[in-house]
Amino acid sequence: MTRIRNFSIIAHIDHGKSTLADRLIQHAGLVSDRDFRDQLLDNMDIERERGITIKSQTVTLPYTGSDGEEYSLNLIDTPGHVDFSYEVSRALASCEGVLLLVDAAQGVEAQTLANLYAALEHDLEIIPVINKIDLPAADIDRVREAIETELGLDGSQAVLCSAKVGTGVNDVLEAIVTRIPAPKGSPDGPLAALIFDAHYDPFRGTIVAMRVMDGEVRPGDIIRTMSNRLTYKVEETGYFRIGREPRKVLQAGEVGYLIAGIKTVGDTRVGDTITLDARPAAAPLEGFTVSKPVVFSSIYPVANDDYPSLVDALEKYSLNDASLSYQKDSSAALGQGYRCGFLGLLHLEIVQERLEREHDQSLIMTVPSVEYRLHLQGGREVTVDNPAYWPDPMSIADVEEPYIRASILIPERYMGAVMRICMERRAANTRFTYPSPGRMEFVAEMPLAEVIFDFYDKLKSVTQGYGSFDYELIDYQRADVVKVDILVNSEPVDALALIVHRENARARALHACERLREEIPRQQFRVAIQGAIGGKIIARTTIQPFRKDVTAKCYGGDVSRKRKLLEKQRKGKKRMKMVGNVEIPQRAFVAVLKTNNE
Amino acid sequence: MSERSPAEAAGLYLHVPFCRSKCPYCDFASITEHSLVARWQATVLEEARRPEKVFGRFDSLYLGGGTPSVLPLETLERLLRGVRDAFSWMPDVETTLEVNPEDVTREAAIAWCGLGINRISVGVQSFHEDELRFLGRRHTAQQARRAVELVREHGPENVGLDLMYGFAGQQRARWRATLAAAIAFEPAHLSCYMLTIESGTELGRWVADGSVRTLSERLERAFFLDTAEEIRSRGYVHYEISNFARDLSKRSRHNQKYWRHVPTLGLGPSAHSYCDRARWWNVDDVSEYVSRGETAGDVRDGCESLTAKQIQLETLFLGLRTANGVANDFLHTLPNGVATVAVLVREGLLVAEGDRVVPTLDGFALADGLPLRFEL
Repeated sequence: MTRIRNFSIIAHIDHGKSTLADRLIQHAGLVSDRDFRDQLLDNMDIERERGITIKSQTVTLPYTGSDGEEYSLNLIDTPGHVDFSYEVSRALASCEGVLLLVDAAQGVEAQTLANLYAALEHDLEIIPVINKIDLPAADIDRVREAIETELGLDGSQAVLCSAKVGTGVNDVLEAIVTRIPAPKGSPDGPLAALIFDAHYDPFRGTIVAMRVMDGEVRPGDIIRTMSNRLTYKVEETGYFRIGREPRKVLQAGEVGYLIAGIKTVGDTRVGDTITLDARPAAAPLEGFTVSKPVVFSSIYPVANDDYPSLVDALEKYSLNDASLSYQKDSSAALGQGYRCGFLGLLHLEIVQERLEREHDQSLIMTVPSVEYRLHLQGGREVTVDNPAYWPDPMSIADVEEPYIRASILIPERYMGAVMRICMERRAANTRFTYPSPGRMEFVAEMPLAEVIFDFYDKLKSVTQGYGSFDYELIDYQRADVVKVDILVNSEPVDALALIVHRENARARALHACERLREEIPRQQFRVAIQGAIGGKIIARTTIQPFRKDVTAKCYGGDVSRKRKLLEKQRKGKKRMKMVGNVEIPQRAFVAVLKTNNE
Repeated sequence: MSERSPAEAAGLYLHVPFCRSKCPYCDFASITEHSLVARWQATVLEEARRPEKVFGRFDSLYLGGGTPSVLPLETLERLLRGVRDAFSWMPDVETTLEVNPEDVTREAAIAWCGLGINRISVGVQSFHEDELRFLGRRHTAQQARRAVELVREHGPENVGLDLMYGFAGQQRARWRATLAAAIAFEPAHLSCYMLTIESGTELGRWVADGSVRTLSERLERAFFLDTAEEIRSRGYVHYEISNFARDLSKRSRHNQKYWRHVPTLGLGPSAHSYCDRARWWNVDDVSEYVSRGETAGDVRDGCESLTAKQIQLETLFLGLRTANGVANDFLHTLPNGVATVAVLVREGLLVAEGDRVVPTLDGFALADGLPLRFEL
């Protein structure tokens, strides 16, 4: 155990986390130089395209120190985006130290700080590493100073390196060995292992990534996940290399994987504790929570009869994403679908992209809604969360909507901006406290409807990433809300209907009409888009039809060319939703989702 | 399911890739250098003699390009003789030569007739000097008129004029004047093409850098409708989007084959061929074509094999570009074909005619979008 080091690399986006991880792997000899390629740990297309890490992957690196001893360095890779802060915290809980990477040219940025706070909460040894020293714009002295003043760490202790070029990698490894403490734990105690990740392998089932705190586990053992007391028989244990390497046993202080016939990742919870059924630990490891969705939207298949395929795709997708919550939903225009909860807008976009790309779905995302409590004339009470089921306004006596108490943590300098976006969203009963110097906690009561979609994103934007948002549901309060219908060529499209506060109704309706005008392609006839409350039109836009759309010549080789163009256009059409005669592309639905605060 | 009757004969196309100068709007394969004419001609005949898919007998021969009228008479004569020897022909063959006005002389017109050319298409484009200069044409308005007169007098009876319209700044009245002048010649055939900006042409570059504007959609439509209404009012048959014939017998026999999946064989650089769901085409570049041919290499550049669905799509969009439209029987092979037609009829874009459905003039104006309204 004394020769084990468990660590993570944390950094602001693009400060070189993945490249450094690749270098460490290369240095350990786990890949030949010929196989070395950029971003080795990031192997999803979406991740490559966006330059981010979504799935965390972990690797055990052998290293011979300058003292001649052989060490086992466990690099626990963390998701880079704040939407996944819970996963980050569980990964950090599995470490004793972190490399805090700072870009030598960019210096300390928002996520540098946010990640540092996370690491401090776990009492980890922090090694500042200044990366990208090869850049002409690198200013090492300035960054050292920033590390002192902004991060409160010892700048002279920072390790210098360039992951891209390969300099300083040895210094980093030595720092890990000498400065990060070895894990503590009792090898003979009852098994307690922290699950920090799980993913689904179609051949083996769920692969659980864990840090063994106490005790040991081997194939044949009957384990128990402590949150739900389910038991499983261990089939295999081992280390993560590039690929998995089975080992006879995993012991206290070690990081590795376990396969135990667990069917879906939903059955394993990040943060949960694994123990032995025969000799369970007295208490689970701290810090386990179920992640809370902050963004909601419903998804529907473009073609109604593709619904079974969507059901299937969601099930398969959630094998690898335990944080997506979903339940059945339906719409008059769009048929059957699912109401989903996401950890953030990025999570939503990633889910959508992965469903479309990996599971071949064509999807429509719709305006999310909250549950309203309606008191009807005559005393009856109904709950409505779908605008399609909104009753006739004449029959409504009263409407109540759910409220939350929002708790927003920000550096003080963003107070004005945050107040503004909260007031825009009908915040009330606001108060401030100062949990630590320079930091402010802003608490407000806000309608859930106002935060349900892009409030979190907006908050991140106005605080340059430094703001954090937590919420809890409190009560229902009276709301002056109305239903705005969106009509396309006089036909109401209930997937676009909005339930809005009366004073926003006209602006929201106009915004929706304008976005639709931009997104709906021209047709061979005029398209009128209208927003209405009850029967009254409150906003409208028009899309002019094609006046001329014809190719002059069509001889010989033109036929092929023309046909290919038509084939391409037809493919584009498949993602359209027909409303009456009008083709509405899926992106039009999403565009209306984005609020008028843009 | 395609439109042609099995008995229909095939069409032969010869691509003459030579011009005196390059018009800025043209994206056809042609060069202004004429040193390769002899070798090109030999390669075409060589290509004609190669064993080919069984085409059966031909009843149309079309010389296009380029400017076929730049060919010296002996070359033309040798070419025609070679091609006639290499294939079998129906007794009555429509033989078309595309000519530019500056190449038309009394002698040339007579000689062409003598070579068995029974249809001439004159590339007039416009009767206005400034427009001709803009289009980069080598003839004057005067020459254009003279050429048409000469051809009418000494050439075959079946004469067509090619005209162009729709450039920015062109006034509708001027275009109508050009049209009137053309119609005054009582040609058997008129082709009126909206000017199309092709990328890779000089005109394309002028539009991209903003030195040449394009017409608004509204005006383009107006021009198109003006043209059709004017020519139709003189009793011509508007048988395809850009093509008008004095009567049904004066429709281009050859071009109609393209729109009905009739087998056509194309010889020469860039020429396309079609037979039995296979389409193939030759290399565009003239020197490449010649050098491959001379080394017994394959002059082809590519081919495709069409699936039933692709034939269906082609039948649909080609049909909706012509006055013949598509047959009801064909519509029944499409999912919801009949229902879609009903919607389009309501919108005034199609009209039922006996056992067929044909596009209206409004339908012609929106022809590119019509096939997309159908499910396939």
